[in-house]
Amino acid sequence: MLEGGGGREGADKARDEFFNEAQELVDGLGRDLLALDAALKKEGQFDAELINDVFRGVHTLKGLSGLFGATRMAGLSHQLEDALDDLRLGRIELTAAVLDLLFQAVSLYTRLLTAEKGELPEPAQEVEELLSVLGQVSARRAGASVGTVAQYDLDPGLFGVLTEYEEHRLRTTIQQGLHLHRIRVRFSLATIDSALDELKAAVRPHGEIITYLPTGSGTDAETIDLEILMASAEAPDRLRAAIQGPNVSIDEVPRRASASARPSLLAPRPAEARVPGEFGPVPPGPSASAAADRGRAASLAVEPQNPAGAASSMGLSRAAVPRAAAAGEMSLRSITQTVRVDIRKLDRLMTIVGELAIVKTAIAKLSDQARTRAIGPRELAHELQRLNRTFDRHLAQMQGGILEVRMVPLGQAFDKLARIVRQISREHAREVRLVVTGAETEIDKLIVEELSDPLMHMIRNAIDHGIESREDRLRVGKPPIGTIALNAFQKANHVVIEVEDDGAGMDPTALAAAAVRRGVVSAEEAEAMTSREVMALVFMPGFTTKEVVTDLSGRGVGLDVVKTNIAKLGGVVDIASDVGIGTKMTITLPITLAIINVLLVEIGGRLFAIPLANVDEAIALDETHVRAIESREVLSVRGASLPIARLQRLFGMQRPRVSHQRAFVVIAQVADRRLGLVVDELVGQRDIVIKPLGKSLAGTRGFAGATELGDQRVALVIDVAALIEEVLASAETRRLAQIENEESSRRHPALRRA
Amino acid sequence: MRRVLVAEDSVSARAFVRAVLEGPEFAGRSGGCEVLEASSGFDAMRLLPRGPYDLIITDINMTDINGLELIRFIRKSAHHASTPLLVISTLRGEQDVERGLALGANGYLGKPFTPEQLREACERLIGAGDTARSGASPAGRP
Repeated sequence: MLEGGGGREGADKARDEFFNEAQELVDGLGRDLLALDAALKKEGQFDAELINDVFRGVHTLKGLSGLFGATRMAGLSHQLEDALDDLRLGRIELTAAVLDLLFQAVSLYTRLLTAEKGELPEPAQEVEELLSVLGQVSARRAGASVGTVAQYDLDPGLFGVLTEYEEHRLRTTIQQGLHLHRIRVRFSLATIDSALDELKAAVRPHGEIITYLPTGSGTDAETIDLEILMASAEAPDRLRAAIQGPNVSIDEVPRRASASARPSLLAPRPAEARVPGEFGPVPPGPSASAAADRGRAASLAVEPQNPAGAASSMGLSRAAVPRAAAAGEMSLRSITQTVRVDIRKLDRLMTIVGELAIVKTAIAKLSDQARTRAIGPRELAHELQRLNRTFDRHLAQMQGGILEVRMVPLGQAFDKLARIVRQISREHAREVRLVVTGAETEIDKLIVEELSDPLMHMIRNAIDHGIESREDRLRVGKPPIGTIALNAFQKANHVVIEVEDDGAGMDPTALAAAAVRRGVVSAEEAEAMTSREVMALVFMPGFTTKEVVTDLSGRGVGLDVVKTNIAKLGGVVDIASDVGIGTKMTITLPITLAIINVLLVEIGGRLFAIPLANVDEAIALDETHVRAIESREVLSVRGASLPIARLQRLFGMQRPRVSHQRAFVVIAQVADRRLGLVVDELVGQRDIVIKPLGKSLAGTRGFAGATELGDQRVALVIDVAALIEEVLASAETRRLAQIENEESSRRHPALRRA
Repeated sequence: MRRVLVAEDSVSARAFVRAVLEGPEFAGRSGGCEVLEASSGFDAMRLLPRGPYDLIITDINMTDINGLELIRFIRKSAHHASTPLLVISTLRGEQDVERGLALGANGYLGKPFTPEQLREACERLIGAGDTARSGASPAGRP
């Protein structure tokens, strides 16, 4: 749409901004709707400001999608805006059914945005369905009957500048019997944002701000004078005590003594609206005529209180609500990969860049001196060492700073999940409460994005298969409403996320039987499994718990997909369950994917990198302490048994190790599983950037990627989680995995070349 | 070089306006244009003393200080009393337009608009501002 217009670059930038802003608005809508839902459930009422926020979000979306030629989105926004306008102006009532529609709109927005990017077809039919239902919802727009009631002594010019909503709030608050107050305040332009926030916070407990009017001449570059119109039930003295400040004064706006017919404020006469001046100094007396004489007073039109019938009863049967797009099939991932960054963090980075520039200058100078032999070799070496240390330090700061910039709170993903919980629980008529802790835990933005979908699957699974029906819960003495707890916290170099439900739990015996029936494992294998291993079966492809745990027809959400996706992020997922009490799934993740600290080791003459986050310690291997238990090798370390894996053998590397050389054991740990990795040589610690393996090797298990070491050498980065998984799997699968691993590693061109 | 102040709380709508007004096509008609962005009514008030401007563009629905309040303030201030003022808003009803013009806006463009519509409106208003300054005729309403 912009192509014919501004420069190509500007147009592209504008379009990028469109996607970013639209995504943020849609996320914001989701959050606001959840807050509305919670307020409605808890108190049966809600903050008018919230529904206005939703309205504003949709309103902005409408404008944007129109500008950028996203017509279907503009159409949806338009209809939605009408309905929201009716809601915020009290013409229709906000019910759970209406909220359903709004939530649907939020998920449709996400799909429309993805479609707009050309990544998916447009959900045309769903939009049409929603539009037709929304059309039924919107109240008939009858001409508002405006009755005039004697009211406040306000400048008529005021009504020329109130938006419809501000006017509505003014009327509503007066109907509620609140008094109007005028706060005069002077802000310094430099600090206005924080000063304004403070003022808002101070006002909020005592009343509602209707509008802000800038006064003054507009020629002063230092300050802004404002008159703030506020509605409150409290006396001016109390307000003055609560809302204090050096340049703040508060007066009650006096009421006019009697009613007089005045032109409707909905259509102010231009001449009247142009009357300059603030909204009225306090008149000498509360005499209507005196005020009227000055030609400044206007009476405030007040609509009669919404009669019961005016709030159109919606009569929305659930059948009329178009079927929600199955949550299980849609993605919660954002369409943009933008991170909003606190400017101060960037300032710090900029400072570091400055420091690095100084180092660079010093090096240039030094190389000049070396060229002209103005400096001796010893001095040169000394200077270089010094500069190297400085450079190292600043580079480390830079790395830390950039990592920090990539970090976002997990809450970004959790907000979307709350929406899903609400949707699924309504679909299944299961009452579920989502309790979130640790939403502020920070993790790499990329990980947050990739986490949304697996978490959604897990939560869906918990509702589908975990939480029992209300009757069943009451029968066993549980609270009728099920709880899903989403807990996040940081643990050393990892972030742990738990999804815990208080549902029916899983019975290992029944699970094992189901697995055998489905041919996932043989009866003998099942027999030999620990209960923990049995639990882990739910992550196997093709496994379903449907008939085991509940007869509610599930969608067969594949937890194997969850496991694969978490593994891609370098994490692991564990499961624990108690019959009748509940199930807990635990995800353990690295904090960042970007730069990692690794231990370089040599195996069979080649270099490998083991993420230090997974390394507990490294010890020399004493072969006399190795015992074979069943088909596993176990090493006694300080009295405890540690399973070990000989990586050279595991990777199928043929070259025999020089026998007199002493080997080492790197003790690796992921979550609470430990494994000793036998390596030939410990090379050292290094910060590396992981590069993904090429397409041809993408399916390889056991390696997270590769890294260049800067001296033309390449090391494969060991995926410790996957390795532990493979090695510690049950005896039989372990052997198979090993064979597979050996075969695939023999095919690895990367390994042969390395 | 023309200077245009845009008060609009949507970052992408601002980017749109900037792309159009700073683009080559409008540059050919206006002799080059610099766009200053204000993300709120307050922000605009902060930028007003940095005028003069050849044109001020404002949205209506903004939090805190809305566009109408901003227009009223601008028209009261000595420095900007005659600066051409264009409203861009999704509010495009007859009453809305009348209200904006009554407060002293010189043009009103309903959203969404095409780049060409924006170019036309801006060209007309900037031209009218020039005429007004040269004293030939007042900056009339469109």
